[in-house]
Amino acid sequence: MSTMTKPQHKGKRYRLDKPELLAPAGNLEKLKFAVHYGADAVYIGGQKYGLRSNADNFSFEEMREGVEFAKKYGAKVFVATNIYAHNEDVAGIEEYLRNLYEAGIAAIIVADPAIVDTARRLVPGLEVHLSTQQSTLNWQAVSFWKEEGLPRVVLGRETSLEEIAEIKKHVDIEIESFIHGAMCSSYSGRCVLSNHFTDRDSNRGGCCQSCRWKYDLFEDARPDGTWVSEEEQAEAMQSPERLLPGVTQLPLHEPQDNPFTMGSKDLCMLESIPDLIEVGIDSFKIEGRMKSIHYVATVVNAYRKAIDAYMADPEGYVLKPEWLEELNKAANRPLNTGFFYDTPDHEDHIYEPEEKAAPYDFAGLVLEYDAETGTALIQQRNHFKPGQQVEFFGPDDTFFKQTVGEIWDEQGNSLDAARHPLQKVRMKVDAPVAYFDMMRKRK
Amino acid sequence: MNKKPELLATAASLKEAAALLDAGADALLIGDDRFGMRLAGHFTLEDTKAVIEMAHARGCKVVAGLGGLMPNSLLDELPAYVKAIGELGVDAVEFGDPAVLAAVKQEAPGLKLHWNAEMTSTNYATSNYWGRKGASRVVLARELNMDEITEMVPLLEIEAQVQVHGMTNIYHSKRKLVASYMAHQGRPTDGGSMGKERGLFLVEAERPGEIFPIYEDDNGTHIMSSDDICIMEDLHIMMEAGVQSFKIEGLLKPTVYNAAVVRAYRTAIDAYAADPEGYAFQDEWLDEVRKLQDPERELSFGFFYKEQVY
Repeated sequence: MSTMTKPQHKGKRYRLDKPELLAPAGNLEKLKFAVHYGADAVYIGGQKYGLRSNADNFSFEEMREGVEFAKKYGAKVFVATNIYAHNEDVAGIEEYLRNLYEAGIAAIIVADPAIVDTARRLVPGLEVHLSTQQSTLNWQAVSFWKEEGLPRVVLGRETSLEEIAEIKKHVDIEIESFIHGAMCSSYSGRCVLSNHFTDRDSNRGGCCQSCRWKYDLFEDARPDGTWVSEEEQAEAMQSPERLLPGVTQLPLHEPQDNPFTMGSKDLCMLESIPDLIEVGIDSFKIEGRMKSIHYVATVVNAYRKAIDAYMADPEGYVLKPEWLEELNKAANRPLNTGFFYDTPDHEDHIYEPEEKAAPYDFAGLVLEYDAETGTALIQQRNHFKPGQQVEFFGPDDTFFKQTVGEIWDEQGNSLDAARHPLQKVRMKVDAPVAYFDMMRKRK
Repeated sequence: MNKKPELLATAASLKEAAALLDAGADALLIGDDRFGMRLAGHFTLEDTKAVIEMAHARGCKVVAGLGGLMPNSLLDELPAYVKAIGELGVDAVEFGDPAVLAAVKQEAPGLKLHWNAEMTSTNYATSNYWGRKGASRVVLARELNMDEITEMVPLLEIEAQVQVHGMTNIYHSKRKLVASYMAHQGRPTDGGSMGKERGLFLVEAERPGEIFPIYEDDNGTHIMSSDDICIMEDLHIMMEAGVQSFKIEGLLKPTVYNAAVVRAYRTAIDAYAADPEGYAFQDEWLDEVRKLQDPERELSFGFFYKEQVY
């Protein structure tokens, strides 16, 4: 099976020659890193109708700037417009969508059919992609959305590779799948734990991740698992006071057990790039609009290299161990392959206490490189000092470790440490670096 | 004046169906576990035929729940089922997945369609969208409040159904979470059931006393609310607003309880219909329900008077 198939239907090409790498961008700066490190497209949140109400979402002005920046790389910008609207949200949709279109946004990612419909009728130039929040699992549903004018569907995370292949077989449409990052363990959109526990509406961006809280599991030990038995039913109306058997909870956990939780391991499909490409997934989506610059750049970089290597030579492709090592420098949870091969089981949940932090920090950004002196001008992003082990990496060939030697400020004064955020310092580098390369250090 | 609203209740079995019709239900929600979502019970085609005959003999209706999230593998079985229930004379079909729309149009075009996406049926514009696709009714999300419901009704081009009593689903995963946890613990399950009849529940660490039922079936894992909605006290607000159907969710409840709930709401709806101006809620209408209420579950107003943020 080749992914290089040419258009099968007149005038419309729904299979991309090369899968798109789609990255999250929580703000303008993250957008620039995502694009520079190899994303073909990024998705962002606007100030309304998005599911990350806590992210520092984009103004229309910032969107325009992001679109301009992305355009230089041939990359596109999508906006997650993925809430389930309530009545009060309906009135402003049209104006908001027009503004997105005018800002140069290529597509919106939509869950609510009211927004799909408004966009298709009133802003036809704006592409509409169906969000994973719709939990689309079958080809007839995909076909329905195609007939509604959507060129792309983001499938539910519950679809397997086999099911995706069948969908591709029946419907000529772009399929986007999450391939990396945190996952709802529920069907996305089918969880209102936040609403119940904290009065925060999960489907309008208020999710407080109650799935990762700790629970105890019990069994109701009352007869028949119910508080009114058949015999009691007969007598119920005569003497209702008999119906209060009291609390009878049988714990299904021992003191030494980890508590019950719904929290899932994170998705990582780096080792399965050939399978994803061969099944015909058109867009590989990385989760994480709330994640750091270091995370986005590292993850995009690894997938970019794997996809390019495979496309250049599918037969000769081998996964390089350093790509996986790179991912692990940004990961903050154990990883798995979601539903692509099989339904997740007990190995795929996190019952143990979680390590919250990724092992590496973004220490500095390369602003300039002077080949003559072998020095780089670096913008400080986290505290670093002479003697520390650091790594340089970038979207092209930069990839080496070194010890930080002497560092100087812009006036040439020697410093004992780079202490101040965004402070510019100069240092010797062991190999050539380029603008936008990153320097990381172990925490 | 508004038409008298329908009182719909879920039925787990033929026996329960009979009891609920006796208690005054106008319509029953039944279904086949393959296609339905969180049904109170499973109805074979034979049982479906019997319940339709039973209901129609009393001038009552039967709605089949086909609200499942459908994988490709179900698509082959769907048309035959839709055709069969259409021929048996079922009055309407509940759907969430567009695949059901296609099957109904093809196999039983006369069937009414009720759009029920559970927690995501949240606004009038989306409801009307599905109306244009053929739905005649929306089952509103349980997380809407009273103002949202009453302001929505005049904007709807289709009927509205509101759940007025019982538990609601608060989390649904395709994963088998209970079985996975037991495997993690090393607890032998001996092929034992994780289903509705087992009486499993969760208690969150910070919320002792709140009991969240959890069960597994072919659709994965379902976690249910720790309280039971009971909005009878303010039912008149929705009757005045013109809500066309009230739903009683009987999932995980015995028949004696569900019948008592139906009787209580029947009394309120009839009293309002007889004299809307003179109507006043009578607290004793709920006496029987309160007596039968699971002592570990609170009767609450659900989200009717909650302010949510995001």
